[in-house]
Amino acid sequence: MKLNKKILVPLVLIPIWVLAYHYLQPITDWFINILFGMKKGEHLTETLRFFIFEFPKVILLLILIIFLVGIVRTYFTPERTRKALEGKSLFTGNILASLLGIVTPFCSCSAIPLFLGFVETGVPLGVTFSFLIAAPMINEVAIVLLYGLFGWKVALIYIVTGLVIAILAGWIIGLLRLEKWVEPWVFETKIGSNAIGEEKINFEKRIKFGFYAIKDIVGKVWLYVALGIAVGAGVHGYVPEAYMAELMGKNAAWYSVPLSVLIGIPLYSNAAGIVPIVSVLIEKGASLGTALAFMMSVIGLSLPEMIILRKVLKLPLIITFITVVGTGIIIVGYLFNLIF
Amino acid sequence: MEIKILGTGCPKCKTLEKITREVVQQNGINANITKVEDIIDIMKYGVMSTPALVVDEIVVIKGRIPSAEEIKQVLTK
Repeated sequence: MKLNKKILVPLVLIPIWVLAYHYLQPITDWFINILFGMKKGEHLTETLRFFIFEFPKVILLLILIIFLVGIVRTYFTPERTRKALEGKSLFTGNILASLLGIVTPFCSCSAIPLFLGFVETGVPLGVTFSFLIAAPMINEVAIVLLYGLFGWKVALIYIVTGLVIAILAGWIIGLLRLEKWVEPWVFETKIGSNAIGEEKINFEKRIKFGFYAIKDIVGKVWLYVALGIAVGAGVHGYVPEAYMAELMGKNAAWYSVPLSVLIGIPLYSNAAGIVPIVSVLIEKGASLGTALAFMMSVIGLSLPEMIILRKVLKLPLIITFITVVGTGIIIVGYLFNLIF
Repeated sequence: MEIKILGTGCPKCKTLEKITREVVQQNGINANITKVEDIIDIMKYGVMSTPALVVDEIVVIKGRIPSAEEIKQVLTK
């Protein structure tokens, strides 16, 4: 009966999760108002209330979503994604690659083997780039945090604009025919086939992978979430309303969008740390477009990943990559400042 | 037995190496463990997601860190 037990565990845990999530607000208020006996409206009270409520909320959401994503991802291995992208024409290939970038397991330390594996088997360079842009930028941690702190509309906007940027940037890089700026040894490397085929996995094992993903990802990001929300809570409680309006608001100088993107490139943080901070920037008067552009730049364009990619790409191609993606993000920023 | 750990030096690869060494030591397995860090050598095994565990030139686990129990099963099979 081992199999039943594995499937029963999540079935028992999910109702507990729902209860905890549902009663989080009254529990927080009880802690603040009764246990600590703090006065409503004071700086410290509201800072603490923000943290005690938002931190468990985000962690609860993360646990659930990462569990589900962990299971879904057992169906999308990099090998299968590569197979799906082989010989795809430009544009169709870019769309497919960007979508697969969301669901295929990816970590920046695997960027090189993945890049080689794709390019070697005939996945066009531009299509490979669509994947490399979408995979880090649109990830489950970013989506969960955006949903938890901004609501589903902003989360959806982020996903859609991220996809559009990945598709178009990859497509443009493909049109430019920049293969000459890929290190020559890339095309000389022969990929062996000593690997075993697909691992055979049953549903029980997929659930196990779900739990493994929780341990792996939540275990890694919880500290960033805590730090991000702590900084966010401090800003929430102590910084006056509309403080950010002049710097990042609607009536800020025209260059606030490109400047935010530029500042975002060397800043390296994963989604877990940056989203809570951005959420309070908006609360304090930053406009959605500028904040979104800043966030995309921090998450999507990271210096460490560029340094890793330098092994396979010559500098002009890396600069083109940053320019194309950066321009896309800036356009998104202006667009949303216009609309909202 | 020839055991190879494939990985470019990310933390996960180091963890896999550590666990593998422990399993080998604890179970008295006669094995030679080497770490493969050169990307061209890694690609020869057709691996796209690191870390990976290679036993006698066959990739047995890739893209994740297995539990000590699972490594033991693979090595004593």
